[in-house]
Amino acid sequence: MNALDYFFYLFAGLTLLCGLMVVVNPFSRNPVTSAMFLVLMMVSLSGLYVTLHAFFLAAVQILVYAGAVMVLFLFVIMLLDLKEEEHRKIKLATLFLGALSVGSIAFILVKLLGNARLVSDAPSAEGSTIELGLKLFRQYTLPFEIVSLLLLVAMMGAILLSKKEIK
Amino acid sequence: MNWINNLTGLQTLVLFSAIKIACMIGVVMFIVAYSTLAERKICAYIQNRHGPNRVGPWGLLQPAVDGIKSFLKEDYTPGHVRKIYFWLAPALSMAPALLTFAVIPFGSQLGSQKMVIADLNVGVLYTFGIVSLGVYGIVLAGYAANSKYPFLGGIRSSAQMISYEIAMGMSVIPIFMLVGDLRLSGVIGYQAGTSLGFIPNWLIFKQPLAFFIFMVAAFAETNRLPFDFPEAEQELVGGYNTEYSSMKFALFFMGEYANMVASSAMMVTLFLGGWTLPFFGLDQPATSLLMGLVHIGIFIGKVVGLIVLFIWVRWMWPRFRFDQLMDLGWKKFIPMALANILVTAVVLWLAR
Repeated sequence: MNALDYFFYLFAGLTLLCGLMVVVNPFSRNPVTSAMFLVLMMVSLSGLYVTLHAFFLAAVQILVYAGAVMVLFLFVIMLLDLKEEEHRKIKLATLFLGALSVGSIAFILVKLLGNARLVSDAPSAEGSTIELGLKLFRQYTLPFEIVSLLLLVAMMGAILLSKKEIK
Repeated sequence: MNWINNLTGLQTLVLFSAIKIACMIGVVMFIVAYSTLAERKICAYIQNRHGPNRVGPWGLLQPAVDGIKSFLKEDYTPGHVRKIYFWLAPALSMAPALLTFAVIPFGSQLGSQKMVIADLNVGVLYTFGIVSLGVYGIVLAGYAANSKYPFLGGIRSSAQMISYEIAMGMSVIPIFMLVGDLRLSGVIGYQAGTSLGFIPNWLIFKQPLAFFIFMVAAFAETNRLPFDFPEAEQELVGGYNTEYSSMKFALFFMGEYANMVASSAMMVTLFLGGWTLPFFGLDQPATSLLMGLVHIGIFIGKVVGLIVLFIWVRWMWPRFRFDQLMDLGWKKFIPMALANILVTAVVLWLAR
């Protein structure tokens, strides 16, 4: 095991731990704490990208998601009734539905991972920005444009919803 | 000194990185301490006063005394605050500012060591990522305080910093279209030499609009006047740090100045040629130890110059109103930055 392996286990463990703390934190049911653990999870995930030498992805991960979680954080503060949230009881139906969806996702994962073969020598993409740009704008132009269109639609929807009256 | 030659590559890397980090933190904290004194002195001269002049010659020991004062004051934690976040927030406002320095090339070479802690190939994206984490310190402080004025300060700062981050990020895109490299040392290499014989090849002359947007956005990101809404004393008592005392308050204070130093260093690197000067061959990597030190001196000199600009602006400009701030960010700077990207792209395409 070399140094990179240790870092992999460190970041993988941190990602899992923080991800768990987002949803099943035994010490606090405060949504703000969950949001903060989400930030930590994003940061340790980008640590995993660094161990894969995908520096661009790692930097963008922090840049985009830290900002996004900040917005989530503000939603929590402004829109949720924190007191009510802290004392909410878990309903049986919610528990059942949650267990069902987690179970189905776990089933798909296990099924997929069971069939997947581990590629011993993955192409070492050094994560250079030029390569990524060329790939995005030559090989994957159509999916890239479609995704950007989707984002634009979402943005317009948000603006429409936030307008009080439509003329 | 024989043992230095016997180290393996990894050991050398760790050793020299540790030395560089230690020196970096020392120098940054020194500049932070003395920019508080500079702030008070310059403010005093602008307002026709003397400023602090009792401790040491010309008040030069004032920062040390201030530090001792902060440590000795009672560290009071009000009963109504959210304890964990209350303790976390000051650290979170200080740490991102220091982390930014990891990728900034503060000199060319000393011996065989490059004078940068980590020359990442996505240097500037790393910086923006860290800067976007910087919001959390202030917002958490506002949230932790659990009382209305700090809370309003925190909310204001989040709106302000998220808005200006976008303008800031967009303003530097033309730079990287020109340079073709996200590595900060590449940006500095591009700025070596002169054009027309006397104008330095600095990007401030090629992209003045980008520099202007970046600088104003940096003022907003560091919560400095004319954009000091998160701590607006006139409206919010003291803003997000109202409930803090002693060293925790001092950490916010130092965080602001460290952010100032960090954004000055970024501006120097991106627009003002970093450690280079276009005369006497000072724009090439150093070959001797003396030249290496001169390069570091040039870098620090430029950073100090920009810090003085920051301070001067603070005491010469009136404040904005909050809606004016938002208008400026969203309706003026973002379109301007987009237009700048477009024009740069067209020019590059025509000149190809």
